[in-house]
Amino acid sequence: MAQIHIENVRKDFGSFNAVKSSTFTIEDGEFFMLLGPSGCGKTTTLRMMAGLELPTSGEIYIDGEEVGQKPASQRDIAFVFQMFALYPHMNVGKNISYPLRCQGMSKAAVKKKVGEIAEILGITDILNTPVGGLSGGDRQRVALGRAIVRDPKAFFMDEPLGALDAEFREHMSEELRALHDRMSATTVYVTHDQLEAMQMGDKIVVMNHGSVEQFGVPQDIYDWPATKFVAQFIGSPPMNFLDFNGMIGKGGSEVHLHETTMSIPKSIDGANGALSFGVRPEHVRLDDAAPYRGRVKATEYLGTTQIVTLETANGDLKARVASSDKVTVGDQTGLTFDPRTITLFDAETGAALRSQANEGVLIHG
Amino acid sequence: MSFSVTEPTKGTKWFAGVFVALYAVITLVPLLWIVATGFKSPADSIAYPPVVVFEPSLEGYVNLFTERTRATPDMLEAAGPAETWYDQITRERGTVISGPSRYGERFLNSVIIGFGSTFLCMALGTMAAYAFSRFKVPLKDDLLFFILSTRMMPPIAVAIPIFLMFRNLGLNDTHLGMILLYTAVNLSLSVWLLKGFIDEIPIEYEEAALIDGYTRFQAFYKVVLPQAATGIASTAIFCLIFAWNEYAFAVLLTSGTAQTAPPFIPTIIGTSGKDWPAVAAGATIFLVPVMVFTILLRKHLLRGITFGAVRK
Repeated sequence: MAQIHIENVRKDFGSFNAVKSSTFTIEDGEFFMLLGPSGCGKTTTLRMMAGLELPTSGEIYIDGEEVGQKPASQRDIAFVFQMFALYPHMNVGKNISYPLRCQGMSKAAVKKKVGEIAEILGITDILNTPVGGLSGGDRQRVALGRAIVRDPKAFFMDEPLGALDAEFREHMSEELRALHDRMSATTVYVTHDQLEAMQMGDKIVVMNHGSVEQFGVPQDIYDWPATKFVAQFIGSPPMNFLDFNGMIGKGGSEVHLHETTMSIPKSIDGANGALSFGVRPEHVRLDDAAPYRGRVKATEYLGTTQIVTLETANGDLKARVASSDKVTVGDQTGLTFDPRTITLFDAETGAALRSQANEGVLIHG
Repeated sequence: MSFSVTEPTKGTKWFAGVFVALYAVITLVPLLWIVATGFKSPADSIAYPPVVVFEPSLEGYVNLFTERTRATPDMLEAAGPAETWYDQITRERGTVISGPSRYGERFLNSVIIGFGSTFLCMALGTMAAYAFSRFKVPLKDDLLFFILSTRMMPPIAVAIPIFLMFRNLGLNDTHLGMILLYTAVNLSLSVWLLKGFIDEIPIEYEEAALIDGYTRFQAFYKVVLPQAATGIASTAIFCLIFAWNEYAFAVLLTSGTAQTAPPFIPTIIGTSGKDWPAVAAGATIFLVPVMVFTILLRKHLLRGITFGAVRK
């Protein structure tokens, strides 16, 4: 098992820049998520770590060794493909044992090892069947088996659950996480599903347009997004932005939103100009007495909670409130925001302004 | 709207069966005619109306493999009784065997040249197709078009230049020359066909193999080649059939050592009257290798080996 560090890694495909100078570290034994919309460069980043693409510039360290320009076969890592990529001309057992046979391990040792792996994955009874007729879940298990059989330094997974049915995905993601905990292997996992990333990951890197937007533990990223993109990409419904023109001094902890004074975490640098006031839907309260007003446009019932869409002077906003609250479309109501959770963004660059609350999180980059 | 697949009724099955059988009969008649003619006596072979039921004779085969000289009754008497069944057959016609014919040699030439060029063509074709399919090749599209363009005129159109070229290079009437020629003609076909097949193989297989510790070349022959077996088999059959049946270049470029069977078979006609049974026997034997080759590879011709291993 190993620590993986990538330093200023960049990848160009001809004139197209897929990954811009990424830097982050994956600690030994971490379940690490590369999260982003499609085309953001997350898969390219993973493939560069695995050696399936060579970086245009920058360094990749696995276990302290620089491997950036080494072929995949010399990196001692395992890769699980979204499409499984089982060798169709071999049966399940042969597929799993392929990397071992390729290393020249003795037949008896291969058999023993494959038996152990099959036991872990619960596929002992299908070892001799061809891979063609297997269900999606079993194919994924075989692909995992082929990855873990070798005790590699790290596992790389490229949307491994993407090809499974939604229902089964839940189950398989639990299985994956349990497998990771059991083997305590460094795992890098690419996904575009923010829920999956939050659920399974120890740490998340959020990428967009080839750049790393934010890097940290799921809770930090959710609570203190570094950019508007992250704030919108993570969370469902996403963070609300109330756009306003205003100023806040160094050390200030109040902003004026449509003539209403809102408390926010103490700003470090201060700002002046077009700003966005970011608040998560669950931190919005409906309070008839509050001075900041909104008109209810729609409600969505979700069981224990409901999502209320409101129209305010600074744009639309969604609030997650208890479904027992009586809300009628067309009503005017007052709104309060939990002041400890507010993030201010520069409306133009999209970057979060540093405050006492998010300072620790933003240091990661 | 929904459709359901209906089970074929007994009637449709019958109709399909009869139709297929009829089609098979129609396509097989010329073949059967050749095989039958090979076993006819010369008289039966040119009888009109054609005889369908006849007394089988091996005369055609004996004539195919032997050179014979006419002998007077005195000479036959002096030679004593026939020692073997084939001596017997020729003596009934008033001839004696003077030696083996060249059919065996020519047939062997066909085997060497046909299979040799097919092998070479497949070896070069798979590697070229793989490179075109997987790597960034400069001017890829132009190169592919150029390769295809070599087939845009009938090969025989360049027969004279090739003849002159071969003569200068000393390739006239050599096995190597014919192998190179047939390989060159077939290569465009094999590159294009195989590229299509290799394009269909998901690249993840090789990537998985690369990560499992194989080199690029090992991944190519351990993972890609087995996956492309279907394509390789069908392409090889096409290449072999062309090289095997090719007549015009063989007539032009070979005469002695490297002559293949196709230009040789017509020469049988001339040696002792119109010996149709011998010609038919030569053709029958000539059919066998391609038939066997196709039958051996037929399981690879069935699609669907890769079905289900990669989800699309």
